[in-house]
Amino acid sequence: MQSPLRLERRLTQPKWLNWGVPLLSLLGALILGAVVLMATGKNPISVYMRILERGFASTDAFSRTLISATPYAFTGLAASVAFRMGLINIGGEGQLYLGTIGAAFAGIAFADQPTPIIITAMIICGMLFGGFWAAIVGVLKAKFSTNEIITSLMLNYIAAILLDYLIFNSTSYWRDPKSFGFPTGKRLVEAAYWYDMSFGPIKVPFGFLVAMIAAGIVWFLYNRTRFGYEVSVIASSPSAARYAGIRTRWKIITVMSLSGALAGLGGASDVGDFRHVLDAKGVQIAGYGYTGIVVAALARLNPISAIFVAVFLGGLSNAGYALQGPDFPSGLVGTLQGLILFTAVAGEILTRYRIKRQTHVAEGVPS
Amino acid sequence: MNNNILVIILASGVFYGTPIFFAALGELFTERSGVLNLGVEGMMLMGGVSAVWASQHIPGSSWFVVLCSILIGAFAGSLVAALHAFLCITLRTNQTVAGLSITIFAGGLGLSSYFANVWDVASETVKHPIRILNPGGLSDAPIVGPIIFHQTILTYLSWVLCVLSLIYLFRTRTGLKLRAVGESPQTADAMGINVVKYRYIHTILGGALAGIGGTYYSLTIVPQWVDGVTKGAGWIAIALVIFGFWRPDLTLLGAYLFGALQSLGLILKSRNIEINGSILDAMPFVMTVVVLVLVSGGWAHKRLQAPASLGVPYEREER
Repeated sequence: MQSPLRLERRLTQPKWLNWGVPLLSLLGALILGAVVLMATGKNPISVYMRILERGFASTDAFSRTLISATPYAFTGLAASVAFRMGLINIGGEGQLYLGTIGAAFAGIAFADQPTPIIITAMIICGMLFGGFWAAIVGVLKAKFSTNEIITSLMLNYIAAILLDYLIFNSTSYWRDPKSFGFPTGKRLVEAAYWYDMSFGPIKVPFGFLVAMIAAGIVWFLYNRTRFGYEVSVIASSPSAARYAGIRTRWKIITVMSLSGALAGLGGASDVGDFRHVLDAKGVQIAGYGYTGIVVAALARLNPISAIFVAVFLGGLSNAGYALQGPDFPSGLVGTLQGLILFTAVAGEILTRYRIKRQTHVAEGVPS
Repeated sequence: MNNNILVIILASGVFYGTPIFFAALGELFTERSGVLNLGVEGMMLMGGVSAVWASQHIPGSSWFVVLCSILIGAFAGSLVAALHAFLCITLRTNQTVAGLSITIFAGGLGLSSYFANVWDVASETVKHPIRILNPGGLSDAPIVGPIIFHQTILTYLSWVLCVLSLIYLFRTRTGLKLRAVGESPQTADAMGINVVKYRYIHTILGGALAGIGGTYYSLTIVPQWVDGVTKGAGWIAIALVIFGFWRPDLTLLGAYLFGALQSLGLILKSRNIEINGSILDAMPFVMTVVVLVLVSGGWAHKRLQAPASLGVPYEREER
């Protein structure tokens, strides 16, 4: 069986691929999404127009989009940092939960301090908790070469159970003892609320600015330092890295912790910017960590692009919340995100191969 | 005697382990052909939601509907698996990322939830659940009654499949060829085995079995549609294949161990034994990590029978 098309390995990577592939992926995802929508009796054009309108078309909508984009930016950065070394950390979800736990702890413990100190403590604790959670995966990978995909995922479920435990299943430090009926977390004092910055009519959450700074730092670290260079050597050839004397095991632990710290920072921002409480159920429903993988893939692991992709996907989710109803069922946004990831993954083939029309039967071997 | 806690734990191990075994057996076939499928969770959920739809909408006698639901669940799982096969085998994308994208696309926040909403299947319990059988009225027999005779048709099917797959993998020519494809596709190709065909078939077969596993959740365990109803079972199934050294019989034992762990919370609670529920909820996941550490390092490492070409795309040109 011979297919009419043939894949030929590319020897060089033309520049246009850097923006061409993500754009083609998006287009492909929109087309596939339209197929799903039409198959379930919806009009794809009107659905897409409403997403555009509710996600991006007004300053108000855009401000809300930035709110949705903030956690995605952090989890997207977290995934990129690990993926760049070939570490498939899909534990962003759990690391973000730990970040919320850490930040809520700091917010409660430092309640009588001035705002800058509380915010700093929340950021540090969020990063520490998230980093610690990821470090478990890193240590297991470095010491026992345990598959990081499955361990990081298992830790997501364990982190979710931990969240439920702290709020619903125990009388922990985080739980509000005065909450009757449905247990809730302790609400943070107003001094612990993170600032909103206004740029004209657009409100930018403080966490989003932190994400932009973090993206800049990650970019510098990976593109301009010895550390980043060593990481890229390990990614492209672990054996070469060993010969060059790079301490691969330590790098695994460091990069995992860094990745987890970024996801944890996302959790801190979730508490500080938006919820102001350890909201065990709310943060689990959102699925920030998994979307971070979509962000990283579409941004092709570039930290600066990750911010833009996060805004785009944030707009999609924001429109999803705003439009949710019988006409716009939940799960649609997740489906579209999944399709985008799908086409982004499939689109990578264009960076490695050229598609050629088969001109003659190359081999006589029957297949 | 049947009220003995050990009997109850064993019986629930089989009951809750069955869907994990289906998914793990599917993953085992897929991995034996050299394809890593991390989309199991998504395939289970798609199978589960499709089966609920079938159960609500197909007219006819209960038995007929149940049979159709299982088949449709398997079919939905295999469709998603076909997508994975296309990405991994034809497009030669990174199998890890491809499988991940399948789970995100089809998973609890994605297409399975969307279909559940569009089809409006989540509102009521299913009309025709897969019921627990009582063959020969033996479910009250001491000890073996609850463990062996208080199960659904899918449990019996899984035993048949376990035996058949052992014979298939280790006693038939096709099974030998399958293992060759997973170990060294180059050699297999040179022997005249169609690597692409073998990989497609076993990836799709894996998806079908995952779909049946998902069906068990939505038609037996719950039995109602809840978004993300499998709660990570697909991932545990992937770990189980490693735990079972890529052998169906050991995988079956592993599945029952995890099934027992999953139900331990409920059992102890019903006995008024005071253990915090969260600790028990976390047990299957903690155990998965522990098991992975055990089989990754130390003595087991040398005995691991992982297919040598697992996760490596096959490119003919590169021979």
